[in-house]
Amino acid sequence: MRILVLFAHPAIERSEVNRPLAEATARIEGVSLVDLYAEYPDLRIDIDREQERLQSHDVIVFMHPLYWYSTPAILKEWQDLVLEYGFAYGEGGTALAGKIFFNAITAGGAEAAYCAQGYNQFTLRQLLYPIEQTARLCGMTYLAPFALYSSRTAYEEGRIEAHIADWQRVLSALRHERLDIETARGLEKLNGDLDAILKDSDR
Amino acid sequence: MSGLLFQAFVYLVAAVVAVPVAKRLGLGSVLGYLIAGIVIGPALGLVGSETHEIQHFAEFGVVMMLFIVGLELEPQALWRMRSRLVGFGGLQVLLTTAVITAGGLLLQLRWPTALAVGLILALSSTAIVLQTLNEKGLASTEGGRTGFAILLFQDIAVIPMLALIPLLALPELAASHLADAGSEGSHAAMSLVDGLPPSQYALVVLGAIAFVVLAGHFLSRPLFRFISAARLREIFTATALLLIIGIALLMTLVDLSPALGTFLAGVVLANSEFRHELESDIEPFKGLLLGLFFITVGAGIDFGFLFGNAATVVGLTLAVMAAKALVLFALARLFGLQAPDGWMVTLGLAQAGEFGFVLLSFSLQNGVLPDELVKTLSLVVAMSMLLTPVSFIVLEKLIRPRLRGAAAADADDIDEQGTVVIAGIGRFGQIVNRLLVADGVRTVVLDHEAEIIDTVRQAGIKTYFGDASRPDLLHAAGIESASVFVVAIDDQKRAVEMVEHVHRHYPGVKILARAFDINHLYLLKNAGCDVAVREVFDGSLRIGAEALRALGVHPFRVEKMVDAFRRHDLEGLRHLYELWDRDRAISENRAFLARAKEHGETLRERMISDRMQQHDRTERGWTPPPKGYVDALSE
Repeated sequence: MRILVLFAHPAIERSEVNRPLAEATARIEGVSLVDLYAEYPDLRIDIDREQERLQSHDVIVFMHPLYWYSTPAILKEWQDLVLEYGFAYGEGGTALAGKIFFNAITAGGAEAAYCAQGYNQFTLRQLLYPIEQTARLCGMTYLAPFALYSSRTAYEEGRIEAHIADWQRVLSALRHERLDIETARGLEKLNGDLDAILKDSDR
Repeated sequence: MSGLLFQAFVYLVAAVVAVPVAKRLGLGSVLGYLIAGIVIGPALGLVGSETHEIQHFAEFGVVMMLFIVGLELEPQALWRMRSRLVGFGGLQVLLTTAVITAGGLLLQLRWPTALAVGLILALSSTAIVLQTLNEKGLASTEGGRTGFAILLFQDIAVIPMLALIPLLALPELAASHLADAGSEGSHAAMSLVDGLPPSQYALVVLGAIAFVVLAGHFLSRPLFRFISAARLREIFTATALLLIIGIALLMTLVDLSPALGTFLAGVVLANSEFRHELESDIEPFKGLLLGLFFITVGAGIDFGFLFGNAATVVGLTLAVMAAKALVLFALARLFGLQAPDGWMVTLGLAQAGEFGFVLLSFSLQNGVLPDELVKTLSLVVAMSMLLTPVSFIVLEKLIRPRLRGAAAADADDIDEQGTVVIAGIGRFGQIVNRLLVADGVRTVVLDHEAEIIDTVRQAGIKTYFGDASRPDLLHAAGIESASVFVVAIDDQKRAVEMVEHVHRHYPGVKILARAFDINHLYLLKNAGCDVAVREVFDGSLRIGAEALRALGVHPFRVEKMVDAFRRHDLEGLRHLYELWDRDRAISENRAFLARAKEHGETLRERMISDRMQQHDRTERGWTPPPKGYVDALSE
């Protein structure tokens, strides 16, 4: 399967996790990485180009840090512009039907903060409901987010390399259709227990 | 007259034939000149004993080279390299002298003779090494800078050596040479300091140096401003030459090395706005004189004597180079140089130098060395210089590739990276420069209006005087190490020429240019410009947008219209290019005008129509679904 990673980070020069993650992504064969802020520094998104990209891939990923429980602005702009009536939804809007969609997110808060008892009150998956519903309305299969919590201290604690290795495993499994899609749809996060969703040879 | 022309002809033919061939074969220009010299001298006999005189004259190339080196070295940079200069350079001269002196003693020389030989051979060839480093782009690597520091120290060390060597005279030789010295007119024939006691001599020397520094600092600017106002290029060149020759003369009068004096003057002028202009004016003279110097070294090799004493000369040459390389290698280790840089210094500076010739004849005159030994050593010096290009080839072909694997991670540390050269610092260039400098980018700004330079200098923008359409000046401004070249001048024709030149000779440099109108923009693109921007386009569009806002159009809608307009216009530029004809004015190009009109009409259409619901096409992205769509969804 062909994978499209739409990457959004407005201050890449300060990024500790997303930059190495994006660089690792760019090196994987069969994966297209689009740095949205580099391509549209003035936020003027080329709708036709983006729609062509969507049509030539089977898996769509939003890769970004979590900003106010959502995506950085350019990804919202991207949704508003690219997911047109008649293309992504509505009459004749079936261009995205059957594709797989998920978020690859870094979150500053600790995992424990993302629950009813924590200060964030909702789980990450709950906070992403608007995106999940957008994917659903476009007929896409939504998977649990691939997430790194406590990302502000990941560098100091040496957790980045393992995270990148997990990411590479996920992409490779998706690419060769060895990821258990059914299980992945129901999880809280994709990288909770990779062995459970990767089939045979990727374990 | 015809004799002179014939000689000039022979030298020039030799250089013109040999140097390009040598460069093509990867041997470097220095070896090319040396071979040219051997061919016209000992091999064909076209030139004879006069080469010795010419060599003296050509040594002036070294003086000019040090002036240029000084120009490229700001005083702060000189201060930063003080430990390498004194530490590495000083130890190199001391240890090499000691090792070679010891070798001389082993060969049964008497100690004063051995010491003189040690001093003479401790020097390396500034001319060959700097020329080669520049040619191979190694000058600003760590090894290149260390090599330069050593050479500079050696140039300074020549001064005490000139004082020390006469003290080593052997009584029996001195007696026999005394007569010659009187008749020939010795080294000190023109000297202000002959016979002065040491304390007064020191005073005179310090005075001369102070004069050079102070005059360079305070007098040079008004002088160059006055000269440049005359707008006569050759007079500027004449002034530059006058400056160098004047300083060289002053230094000779006080028994200092002319090379050192002009180097100092170069350093003083390194911060001047005329720096690049001076550099590009002197550069051709320097190049030709150095070339001539190398030719005379080749031509001066006495093959009769060489074949007679082949074993001795070759053996001594190899021994001297081995000894020098050994000392350099050990010091490179001691000073913690990385392996590639260490090898560059070791192999690059292992030869004896042009000052060796000077000191050898000086020693002969002063009865320090016997005739036979001077002849042998002259050959050793020449041979070692001849071998230097070879050792650089060994370095490049054999040693560097092998080290590359080990030190792949730390590439050569080249300090002039990512610079931007800006031609023209009028209203346009100033804004470009301000943006770049604010982001910490190193820019080199050139302009040929002395008044503008004065104004912007007061605003703190460092600008160099010079006509940026001159290739040599661009070269002096460092165009080959620049990443980006910005053409911000208002002379359309010269802008196109500049783009053409830089595109052809420096394909790695990205070229951005200011275009006057569409026609000029196409001309620039044709010339190889990467990005050309019409100078009034953005400003005009901005005023149009402000007018719409003043009419009460919603500001965000205005921005969307501006964006649509810009895209539409760029599309038009691309379409119309096919019909553009550089030899026909646009106003006479019917097909072009027709297509332009046609394209212009689509703009209105673009802004008004929408592919589905007569929405403004600029709002395509924010178009809501049709009314009643939700009813269908909940069924």
